[in-house]
Amino acid sequence: MKPDPAFLLQQSGTADATTRPYLQLRGISKRFGSHTVLNQLDLNVNKGEFVCLLGPSGCGKTTLLRQIAGLDLPDTGQIIMGERDITLLPPARRDYGIVFQSYALFPNLDVAANIAYGLTGRREDKQRRVSELLALIGLDGIASKYPFQLSGGQQQRVALARALATSPSLLLLDEPLSALDARVREHLRREIRSLQQKLGITTIMVTHDQEEALTMADRVVVMNAGCIEQCGSPLEVYRNPATRFVASFVGQGNFLPARALGTDQIRLGEQLLQLPHPHLRGDGQALDVFIRPEDIVLHAQWPATADAVLADVGKTELLGAIYRLHLQVPAWGGASIQADLSHSQLEQLDASPQRRLGVSLKLARCQLFDASGEHACLS
Amino acid sequence: MPILRRSRRLAASADETLAGLLQWLLLAVLVVAVLLPLAAILGKALTDADGQFAGFMQISKTLSQPGLLRAMNGSLQVAVLSTLLVVPLAYGYAAALCRVQLPMRGLFRLLALLPLLAPSLLPGISLVYLFGNQGLLKEWLPGGSIYGLTGIVLGEAFYTFPHALMILLTALSVGDARLYEAAGTLGAGRVRQFLTITLPGSRYGVISAALLVFTLTVTDFGVPKIIGGAFPVLAVEAYKQVIGQQNFAQGAVIGLLLLLPAVLSFVLDQGLQRRQQAQLSAKSQPLQALRGWPARLLALGFCSLIGAGLLLMMGTAIAAAFIRQWPYQMTFTLAHFNFDQVDGGGWLAFGNSLRMALATAVLGSSLVFLGAWSSCKLRSARLGGSLLHAIAMLPMAVPGLVLGLGYIFFFNSDANPLHGLYGSMAILVLCTVAHYTTTAHMTARTALTQLDPDFEPVAASLKVPLWLTLWRVTVPACLPAILEIARYFFVSAMTTVSAVIFLYTPDTVLAAVAVLNMDDAGDTAAAAAMATLIVASAAVVCLLFALLSHALLRQHQRWRQAATR
Repeated sequence: MKPDPAFLLQQSGTADATTRPYLQLRGISKRFGSHTVLNQLDLNVNKGEFVCLLGPSGCGKTTLLRQIAGLDLPDTGQIIMGERDITLLPPARRDYGIVFQSYALFPNLDVAANIAYGLTGRREDKQRRVSELLALIGLDGIASKYPFQLSGGQQQRVALARALATSPSLLLLDEPLSALDARVREHLRREIRSLQQKLGITTIMVTHDQEEALTMADRVVVMNAGCIEQCGSPLEVYRNPATRFVASFVGQGNFLPARALGTDQIRLGEQLLQLPHPHLRGDGQALDVFIRPEDIVLHAQWPATADAVLADVGKTELLGAIYRLHLQVPAWGGASIQADLSHSQLEQLDASPQRRLGVSLKLARCQLFDASGEHACLS
Repeated sequence: MPILRRSRRLAASADETLAGLLQWLLLAVLVVAVLLPLAAILGKALTDADGQFAGFMQISKTLSQPGLLRAMNGSLQVAVLSTLLVVPLAYGYAAALCRVQLPMRGLFRLLALLPLLAPSLLPGISLVYLFGNQGLLKEWLPGGSIYGLTGIVLGEAFYTFPHALMILLTALSVGDARLYEAAGTLGAGRVRQFLTITLPGSRYGVISAALLVFTLTVTDFGVPKIIGGAFPVLAVEAYKQVIGQQNFAQGAVIGLLLLLPAVLSFVLDQGLQRRQQAQLSAKSQPLQALRGWPARLLALGFCSLIGAGLLLMMGTAIAAAFIRQWPYQMTFTLAHFNFDQVDGGGWLAFGNSLRMALATAVLGSSLVFLGAWSSCKLRSARLGGSLLHAIAMLPMAVPGLVLGLGYIFFFNSDANPLHGLYGSMAILVLCTVAHYTTTAHMTARTALTQLDPDFEPVAASLKVPLWLTLWRVTVPACLPAILEIARYFFVSAMTTVSAVIFLYTPDTVLAAVAVLNMDDAGDTAAAAAMATLIVASAAVVCLLFALLSHALLRQHQRWRQAATR
């Protein structure tokens, strides 16, 4: 039986991952002139983990990756990989493979030579290794082609194979999918993720595409203006955004102005809601209730449940699999909100414009933000 | 609280250390070959004949001499007249090539670039044969002698035409078709379109070309030396002071004077180029060349006229080399190539020139390419890189004559440990490499910056040393540019005379210098023969390089097309 290429590439020691993080960034700062690009960043990455650095352009995510790769030196801070302090080491003395946005495939070398570029040793060993890697990325027949003869997706996978050829213990991906068509991108997301899981290789990927981060990562690190805003599993980041920035950058959401009445009660417009929360001060503190469009419940019958109020139906947008309804709620201080519905839900509702519908919030999914501050009242 | 440690640096890997050392070495070579000679010329201008510091005394003394004032006046006249003659002609020629569907376009382009293959002495020789005392067309020149202002301006026109043309071709080859369409729909005629769109759009190119022609004519000494007669110009004056009267201090002051227009136009030009780049937007539509018969006929007539003039200037000297006794005995002979009968160096000079040009091409292209590579690809050596780039841009603003003078002052001093180089072939090679470094450096940088900047980081992550990536990826990808640089160095080394005129010895005499010396001794036919040899060898080498890069492109076409897309 032909051995599974993934097995041959398996990193030793993935199973006995210790509690100690594999990669530790401590107090990393970087300034270009008077502009602070990275501000006292701390981050731990565990062995075998897939971490996505997510953020808008200019947030410092690529700069952070370049510090890890040794292409830049942080002004302050330490980078520790395994047992070694690699802060001051040049790229060649670190241990990682990297895939750039441009792929940087050598145009004058064929695919086999590109993949074998970092390999040393006997010719037969190199050839065997190249075939293994080509099998791994599912591109067996292209060894003697030149980069320009490949499609974007193929080039991307060859660059990945080249980065993995020397069995590095860390894989760095700098926006590896952003130059590809939407369909190829979706396919490669799954492919890279399953490859990473097969090899158990610690991976850090930079992306500005939230869907990419949510579907691929074990852990998402949301960055903004040189700081880490939140670090958590995709579900945590989506369900419980730690800051106003994360709430608005990842996914869609409604912010509804409210006031705290006690430690377990808030007033949203004319409505009183029971939202037990340890940090509520209850002195009329100004708040924003954050709720995702899919967590807004619409009622086909009126009168509906006790916590429902009436809303005026505005525009209805078709987004493909779902509809997005624009509503105005007089009882919530005239707030404009957006609610997401499936096709079948919409058919039951008969939500034509100028109609009024009952609307309520899934209280368990509500998140409170202090109106004057950035951070969530939670946590 | 972490301590701010801004002064810390990434450790360099072994290959980076090596590359850094190489960079400092190249920097040292540039300092010795460019900066120190220039400093020496300045020092010389500030000291008197006995070597005592004289401050600006020496300069003001030299400047107040009536001879020098006349020479300045003469140089100015030559430069202004040549610029006024060449720029409009080159503009018309460039417009015909770029904007009209010209028949035999490639041929006309090649024809106009021919003068680049010849030393600036050649047009002088041709003019002597055409309009000199025994000239074929002497009657065509009404009232007066070719020896003097007329001859110099005509000769300089031939010598500077291709330089002006190349700049104007670049300026006129870009343009936005939408502007002409808009003007057309608004009812503007051809003349109005030219005055309101074409001319303003190419104004930076025109200024650039004018500055270049002005500087080249002020600093050239080949043409006035042959055809100038008693007409005084600065470049010849410097030559006379140094070679004739051994008056080095005065030579240095004149050298500084020559440096002035060159530096000035260099600075102006740098500013203009920055503006020029901002002109075209990404939305610009490519131009359609004019197809109407009147325009095509006019362009063809104009280009034929200019082309015939250039060919006549080029051809006369070459023809004279094979004619027994111009104009009395117009029979074919090879006797003039038997240089043993005349002084000047003969075949030794030609052999020297070939060896010098070959050495310059090999050494120059490797040094310049490595320098450009280290100045734009070394992550760990930013400071050295910018220094290297800055010094490499300098020789563009230094006329050959000035560089040559600087070399005498610097290397001919006993205190210099490199004194041993003086009088050797090596100093000629070094001087020529330095003289033509800027253009070569810019060509190399253009090619290098087109490569993906992530190649080196990827290679470093794969633990492949820098020099291996240089050898396996960077050099193959830049090979056409490297060949172009080598060709440029070879042809320039074959034709240059201004810098090396101060540095040769009887053993290291060069072909272009021999042309000068033979003409000086009255052996004009032998001078024409030697000039013909220079043109022929330069042409052969250009052809060889063209074939080589054609073959290379065909072999690598598959990946190259895509790589430069």
